Amino acid sequence: MSDTPKIEMRGVTKAFGKKVVLNGVDLDVGVGESVVIIGGSGTGKSVTLKSILGLLTPDTGSIKVDGEEVIGMGSADRERVSHQFGMLFQGGALFDSLPVWENVSFGLLAEKRCTRADAHGIAIEKLAMVGMNADVADLMPSELSGGMQKRVGLARAIASDPEIIFFDEPTTGLDPIMADVINDLIVKVTREVGATGLSITHDMASARKIANRIAMLYEGKIIWQGPVEDIDHSGNEYVEQFINGKAEGPIQMAVRA
Amino acid sequence: MNPLQPIGRVVFAFLGTTGRLMTFLASGLMHTVRPPFYPRIVLRQMVDIGFFSLPVVGLTAVFAGMVLALQSHTGFSRFGAEGAIANVVVLSITRELGPVLAGLMVAGRIGASLAAEIGTMRVTEQIDALTTLSTNPMKYLVAPRLIAGITMFPLLVLVADIIGVFGGYLVAVHKLGFNGANYLQKTWEMLTYSDVESGLVKAAVFGFIVSLMGCYHGYNSKGGAQGVGRATTNAVVSASILILCSDYIITEMFFTK
Repeated sequence: MSDTPKIEMRGVTKAFGKKVVLNGVDLDVGVGESVVIIGGSGTGKSVTLKSILGLLTPDTGSIKVDGEEVIGMGSADRERVSHQFGMLFQGGALFDSLPVWENVSFGLLAEKRCTRADAHGIAIEKLAMVGMNADVADLMPSELSGGMQKRVGLARAIASDPEIIFFDEPTTGLDPIMADVINDLIVKVTREVGATGLSITHDMASARKIANRIAMLYEGKIIWQGPVEDIDHSGNEYVEQFINGKAEGPIQMAVRA
Repeated sequence: MNPLQPIGRVVFAFLGTTGRLMTFLASGLMHTVRPPFYPRIVLRQMVDIGFFSLPVVGLTAVFAGMVLALQSHTGFSRFGAEGAIANVVVLSITRELGPVLAGLMVAGRIGASLAAEIGTMRVTEQIDALTTLSTNPMKYLVAPRLIAGITMFPLLVLVADIIGVFGGYLVAVHKLGFNGANYLQKTWEMLTYSDVESGLVKAAVFGFIVSLMGCYHGYNSKGGAQGVGRATTNAVVSASILILCSDYIITEMFFTK
């Protein structure tokens, strides 16, 4: 294993019109590490994630995956790099025209790593990893509850044995118990597939549970990062305010976006 | 304020939209001829666009043919030219009303449903999910719908032509007292290859326009439910207007020397 971080972001900026969302993000995610980016709404967490995934192109800066620059990469190379990504979307983003099993094995089928005949069995295997039994495989996503959809989303994200898994607010919209179940599953499956994790959340309970390291994003910059144990004595008043959920402090909530 | 400013803004907005549409169109067309292909999805779209539009198109055509026979009888009887009804019906249906009415009806049916479906996939991040699962959304979503639109529309219009002529026959024979065999013979004598051909060329172009507008507006929709609603409206309105514009252009290409 080398010292090359799995993901290396340097000076990444992105603006939409006049609104600067990322203002020079620097972040390293080491191999096998689980990093959680915390921050309020509209601080650029999603944009950071989407920039790494290649869903958005940053204006300036560099993003390296395994030491390889991905910005400005051709689409064939880009596709090769994204083969090692798995992503759990905030709302699950399951394809509602396809049954659960086809959702789970979608990536494998697209990469022709299995045949349609095998896909059903593989999907059931992956569903078992997230604690779901074989009955759900033939249901449509709309027949599932929010928590179940998240689990299927997780099964889909790990289906192609990714090296990096991204989690976009994995616990948002779930009740506290289901949120904890999802957190446990995230910890379990990332360990089982041996993946590097990068999550964004504003749920501190979730962040404490799944993170090795926490980074705080504020006004388009990483203003603090450190091991999860240090989060309660970060010595940073922005972090203090955020993790304690106080309205008063240096962070002023913008009422207008 | 400088009075030229709003003019400039409108011109730039127009050029911007045209440019975006052309890029979308080029990319969509490119993906229809480059592998991987999705025959299963093409087939499903063909059934949806072609087969399930039959009732709407058939009803439109039969009433168009009927009213055409009735109206031309009212007009022509003043000059004692009732004999020309068969000619008028068959020419109007194959050249104009078949493709245009079918096009407009299907623009409402298919354009709206394409825009709503793809728009919902956009706002629920399903399109992003496709990308992370090694699937190009232009190839998976847009190309099959373009293929289905271009191929199924001419077939639909062919059916509409037949049903429309039949509608005219019904009224002429059963209400206006024409001789059935005589009416059909006149219909057949009058019809030339280029009448039907021009109608089918129109149909292919209209099918392309409807699919393209539905996909384009859906693909670029943003801002939740309201955005999807706007995309749907824009898809139907722009497809209808483009159908009428291109109808004139194609007619001029075919029938003026």
